[in-house]
Amino acid sequence: MSWIIAGLAIWLLGWGANVYLSGLPRTRTTGLLVPIIFGVTLILIWECVVRGFDISPVLLPAPSKIAIRFANSTDILWVDFVQTVLKGALSGYIVGCGSAFAMAICVDRFPFLQRGLLPVGNFVAALPIIGMAPILVMWFGFDWQSKAAVVVVMVFFPMLVNTVQGLQATDSMQRDLMRTYAAGYWKTLFKLRLPAAMPFIFNGLKIGTTLALIGAIVAEFFGSPIRGMGFRISTSVGQLALDLVWAEIVVAAVVGSAFYGGVALLEKAVTFWHPSQRG
Amino acid sequence: MMGKFWYKIGPIIVVVIAIFVLWYAAAVGLNTAWAKDKAKRAGVELTTSEIIKDTMSQKKPKLPAPHQVGAEIWKTTVEKKVTSKRSLIYHSSVTLSSTLLGFVMGTSLGIALAVGIVYNRTMDMSVMPWVIASQTIPILAIAPMIIVVLNAVGISGLLPKAVISMYLSFFPVVVGMVKGLRSPDHMQLDQMKTWSASGSQQFWKLRLPSSMPYLFTSLKIAMAAALVGAIIGELPTGAVAGLGARLLAGSYYGQTIQIWSALIMAAALAASLVGIIGMIQAVVLKRMGMVQ
Repeated sequence: MSWIIAGLAIWLLGWGANVYLSGLPRTRTTGLLVPIIFGVTLILIWECVVRGFDISPVLLPAPSKIAIRFANSTDILWVDFVQTVLKGALSGYIVGCGSAFAMAICVDRFPFLQRGLLPVGNFVAALPIIGMAPILVMWFGFDWQSKAAVVVVMVFFPMLVNTVQGLQATDSMQRDLMRTYAAGYWKTLFKLRLPAAMPFIFNGLKIGTTLALIGAIVAEFFGSPIRGMGFRISTSVGQLALDLVWAEIVVAAVVGSAFYGGVALLEKAVTFWHPSQRG
Repeated sequence: MMGKFWYKIGPIIVVVIAIFVLWYAAAVGLNTAWAKDKAKRAGVELTTSEIIKDTMSQKKPKLPAPHQVGAEIWKTTVEKKVTSKRSLIYHSSVTLSSTLLGFVMGTSLGIALAVGIVYNRTMDMSVMPWVIASQTIPILAIAPMIIVVLNAVGISGLLPKAVISMYLSFFPVVVGMVKGLRSPDHMQLDQMKTWSASGSQQFWKLRLPSSMPYLFTSLKIAMAAALVGAIIGELPTGAVAGLGARLLAGSYYGQTIQIWSALIMAAALAASLVGIIGMIQAVVLKRMGMVQ
């Protein structure tokens, strides 16, 4: 009972603090503090609810239990991280985005291909591509190569469509100016069109970060060696070891946010001139 | 008129044909090894044309040729009864129902959150960062857990799958609607003020109508995401029914043709669902006079 009261008190406290803080003029500190208070409050309430209502750890383990499990099984988590994130997701992401970028540069030279590939690419990007996972696992075996292949297929089309659109982002005035400078195709590409395409390219790269992790993890549901985050999640669910599952999810969440944040930071550095970054 | 049509459609047709040609070529390339292997064991020598013929008609090819997939789809949709467990229409309808339920739940949640975020500064500052952060989490990873946990509480069937669809589809709606509800500029908001419009009038007559184009764009993304969620949600239930179950069962037994037909069916489903929203969008925006 006391846990429930404590939970209610924390809820009111967090809420009150946030209402007060968001009433203040918006600064960097409040902009950061408010969401952090919200998150911490949520986790504390979760802890209190689990303890107060005596929820079985098979259904929903308390955050403290998950933290303990996390600290105790860092070696397992590290092995899974290397297998899924570094080998599967990251290699697939690099290959997929790289090949989509190269393809976009080629397509860009032929307006005919552009008009054909853009609608088809847009269409394919909306399809449930993740369904390719079982096929690719069959083709490339159970190890990380098949996961990387799934990631390649998943990130390819969003990246292609965004890059092709980005390369069209310059207007004729700017291109004419490059011509009056007697700049050839390559010079125009590197000095004008690629920089102008960067906001679009980074949009594709950012979409790709989440897709890459999802692809690598879900592909492991269709068969994997005895390590990897997807493998661990599906087997631990079967063993009702939900605290380990949550520990894996924490890893996935941290990695996903870090991956996205890293690309966003890179974007900030590269496209500092764009209106959306100046604000 | 005709020239303009071909200008737009021509390249698409060429690309689609190229995809089919590549597909056939890949089918020949990938299936040759098995055809040769079979011939070697049978002790016969195959000519090139015989090999090509064999690659097009294997039972469990590495990559089935398009016409094999087409035949399988025809067999499992038209020639099977809808109620049969082997009918693709039955499996599609299972997936479709949880997709739609999840989509409706996700859209309602998304719109509600967006209204809260636009009208409440505290919510804007505390919830919005987490909404964005929630999408950097590979949420599909916890799909098996959601299903198992909800099953343990006694909720099974449609709802657990719909919950996953909901989670995937609420995000584009929140982001799009927040943008849309904030799209009226100061001039328009001031105009509402001079007409002494109340808060709810401002919402119903200005903010909501001007958010419609944004809403439809996000609905399309949300629908595609909801379908992916429903398919993934069917994996851990042990492949009972649905397109995801067909994928999993196919991968267990090496039935590549079955996998591909489920995949094509899922693609067709996604395309038609998004297409329907697109049609509604065109009609609604036209009636609202928002199409120039």
